[in-house]
Amino acid sequence: MSPEIGHYALVLALALALFQSVVPVWGARKRDAALMGTADAVALGQCAFVAIAFAALTHAYLVSDFSVENVVLNSHSTKPLIYKISGVWGNHEGSMLLWVLILTLFSAFVALFGRNLPLPLKANVLAVQAWITAAFLLFILKTSNPFNRINPAPFEGRDLNPLLQDPGLAIHPPLLYLGYVGFSMSFAFAVAALIEGRIDAAWARWVRPWALTAWMFLTAGISMGSFWAYYELGWGGWWFWDPVENASLMPWLAGTALLHSAIVMEKREALKVWTVLLAILTFSLSLLGTFLVRSGVLTSVHAFAVDPERGIFILAILIAFIGGSLALYAWRAPMLRQGGIFAPVSREGALVLNNLFLTAACAAVFVGTLYPLALEALTGAKISVGPPFFNWTFGPLMVPLMVAMVFGPFLAWKRGDLLAAAQRMMAAFAAGIAAMLLTFAVTRGGPVLAPVFIGLAAYIIVGSLAEVAERVQLFRAPLATTLQRARGLPRSAWGTAVAHAGVGVMLIGIVGETCYRQELIVQMKPGDTVEVAGYQVTLTGLAPVQGPNYRDVVARLVLREGGVDAGILEPAKRVYTARNMPTTEAALKTRGFSQLYVSPGDVETSGSIALRFFYKPMVLLIWIGTLVMMLGGLLSLSDRRLRVGAPKPAARRAPAVQAAE
Amino acid sequence: MEGSFAVWTMFALMTAAAVMAVLLPLARARTADGGSDLAVYRDQLDEIGRDRDAGVIGAAEADAARIEVSRRIIAAAERSGATALEGAGGRRRVAALAALVAVPLVAIVGYGLRGQPGYPGQPLAERRQQAPGQNDIATLIARIEAHLAANPEDGRGWEVVAPVYLRLGRAGEAVRARANALRLLGATADREADLAEAQVAAGGGVVTAEAKAGLERAIALSADHPKAGYLLGLSAEQDGRPAEARAIWSRLIEIAPPNAPWLGVLRSEVARLGPADAPRPTASDIRGMVEGLAARLEADGTDFDGWLRLVRSYSVLGEADKARAAAASVRQRFGAEADKIGQLDALMRELGMGG
Repeated sequence: MSPEIGHYALVLALALALFQSVVPVWGARKRDAALMGTADAVALGQCAFVAIAFAALTHAYLVSDFSVENVVLNSHSTKPLIYKISGVWGNHEGSMLLWVLILTLFSAFVALFGRNLPLPLKANVLAVQAWITAAFLLFILKTSNPFNRINPAPFEGRDLNPLLQDPGLAIHPPLLYLGYVGFSMSFAFAVAALIEGRIDAAWARWVRPWALTAWMFLTAGISMGSFWAYYELGWGGWWFWDPVENASLMPWLAGTALLHSAIVMEKREALKVWTVLLAILTFSLSLLGTFLVRSGVLTSVHAFAVDPERGIFILAILIAFIGGSLALYAWRAPMLRQGGIFAPVSREGALVLNNLFLTAACAAVFVGTLYPLALEALTGAKISVGPPFFNWTFGPLMVPLMVAMVFGPFLAWKRGDLLAAAQRMMAAFAAGIAAMLLTFAVTRGGPVLAPVFIGLAAYIIVGSLAEVAERVQLFRAPLATTLQRARGLPRSAWGTAVAHAGVGVMLIGIVGETCYRQELIVQMKPGDTVEVAGYQVTLTGLAPVQGPNYRDVVARLVLREGGVDAGILEPAKRVYTARNMPTTEAALKTRGFSQLYVSPGDVETSGSIALRFFYKPMVLLIWIGTLVMMLGGLLSLSDRRLRVGAPKPAARRAPAVQAAE
Repeated sequence: MEGSFAVWTMFALMTAAAVMAVLLPLARARTADGGSDLAVYRDQLDEIGRDRDAGVIGAAEADAARIEVSRRIIAAAERSGATALEGAGGRRRVAALAALVAVPLVAIVGYGLRGQPGYPGQPLAERRQQAPGQNDIATLIARIEAHLAANPEDGRGWEVVAPVYLRLGRAGEAVRARANALRLLGATADREADLAEAQVAAGGGVVTAEAKAGLERAIALSADHPKAGYLLGLSAEQDGRPAEARAIWSRLIEIAPPNAPWLGVLRSEVARLGPADAPRPTASDIRGMVEGLAARLEADGTDFDGWLRLVRSYSVLGEADKARAAAASVRQRFGAEADKIGQLDALMRELGMGG
């Protein structure tokens, strides 16, 4: 397949996107079913053509077609197959193509499965999606065309950045983009609602699956990226408050707030205007994330694009979409009819509190990330806002959020009773205190606050699950009744409990890693033995190993635990031959949820090697926690039932409620 | 029309498919078959009933919820009655025309800007079959590499593979090969110069200190070695001594045999340096002049323009402290004259030393 076919398919997709940007909106305005009806087929066509373009580029990588500039710059004929494929999006041009492919894929899903949507809403949603698609296709064709050709074609490529030759990074960008782009759906729904000038609980029902899907993928993408940084960069850190990481965290925080406020909207028809704003903000932050990473304004391992033309183009897209949608919001939002009312202490109130904390945390990250950039742009001064800033702003916002997160589900809709909720949460409080005392008793060293946080984590896990336990009347009713009620319980309730518990699990991992980590740096010669975290580690030798497109010097370490053989670790210094670029391949030994992490330094001429050992207690729980959160999202997504928040009737009818219970 | 028949056929088919994606739904007679929010609320009512029967919510809450949802249904029904969906032939024709004309036009123009329909894809495997010469190089390298892995002390082997690496752009490996050859076969001017050449290539064209040391060893072994001489000239130029580079290269041109292959390169390099010009003042000359100016102003400080010149000169020489000190004495002497202080402030801003 010729690369030119891919190029032409991309241009055709742009032509269709331009058509779809105009005609369905016009149709919706005139209530013309025929015009609105074009949106479906055109969206499918766009998706097909972008898919052809993506397939053509992938094909060029697979057959090492070095007449395509993008392949020359990012591939090599000896590269393993998986990295030939992942190389397609391991660079600026290809990753933008993937971005658009996912965008059109979401549009196609709306076209295929959106039969329950009113026709004008669907037409407007697809048109808004087409605006985004058209803008990004123009961007690709104008500044970042992956189908640029080279004549004559070189015989060998320059290989992919070695840091990216890793299974983790092969799947990290697609997951992240599924999240980023997924939030374009809630954005399109929000803008469509503003264009139509009306919004109601049904809107939230239609947005829910898209927002949940995007949230799950974004969670997975961030988690994957963090795990990759942990084992690949060789420093053993899992979160650096790097602007690129923050760029993905911001839409996640806003998206999490969006999910929760959309629940209030679907169940109680309240918070409508706020939900629309959050939908706009979440996607704006996704665009901002794309801009930060893709324009090259940041210098970090992620930023492989440095070209002012691109930066300005993306900035223009950013201004058009964020500015445009916010202007539309300012104009139309006052016309939206406000919905239900509720008391401050109620499930709605708790969710509003959650929203406030999440958006405040998001704002803190935003300031910490963008302030240095703005300062540099205005005055030329280069400052860096490091982890202390984020730890002191983000951390204190997260603690009350996590405390309140457990409370929320215990409160009734419309009006709740804080004291009654607290009484039902006794088990959670007890678990928290017990965990705190236990941690205090068994650990030595570490910050004083560490046991408190472990207690908080236990409170979250037990409290989240206690809500479900109560609803199924665990231990209070016969087992059969409990099981029957558990089956009858909506899966969304299970989803809430599991996702919240996941936060607690992650917190244990974070506290274990940051507070109880042990570190040891030693210079070792073959035959030397050191003692780390209960392991006796012996360096038996250093050996060169030839890989397909790299050379390794492997340090062979034999582990013994209390005299018993406990395995072999082989950390390596690796040099990728095509770019002559060294990387560090750390080796990991897992014990329960804890890991021993070994990162090699350079080999000295004397034959000794510097080795860094980290012992990281409970570190795996960080990522297991995110998996649990995603499982919660999946449970909630699988619940196709409608959601109604039955309000707690006013006080004068309270006796009837008690009688019913 | 350039490009193969197959490529243009594909383009035509794809364009037709894109146009059809618009025309087909337009041609289909359509009714408003979308869903509506009424359906959602009806489902919500059913849901409340199910929840109450399952005991998930109490009867009183179920009643309250049902009242709320019923209100939504009434509101939605009022709205949906107000709008009827209709079709109009005129609009449909405009849309069809856009599909038939605008979509192909955008595609052809957009593609025409950058596309190269006449340039077929070049999968590596096919090219290897078509160009056995290149294939030979790949297998040759593989064979030599295997041989060298088994016999790393074979200096001749390293010497054979080194220029091939260099031509393929694998400069790092070329350096290793040249260094091995030098170590195993002994130093000659040729080998020193070849190693330096590889080092320069690995350094992206910069003559590093390491390469320069090797070049000097080569010249010590053979004073008129052309490659070593050429690279030393390059090093002089990169160090900011173009006159020296010109002298070295001119001498090499003089002593070269009349048909030497490297003459062309040297002549174009000399031409690149441009005509020899008058000796430029050196840094120490400039410093002398500046110090003269400073001494004169010390003696007679009324020359305001002289002071500004001094501040600028110090800043250019990279002596920010002295520039600031000079600026401070200007402020002292001319503090009463606002326009002069304004000029000074403007200069300081221009020099990036603040106001």
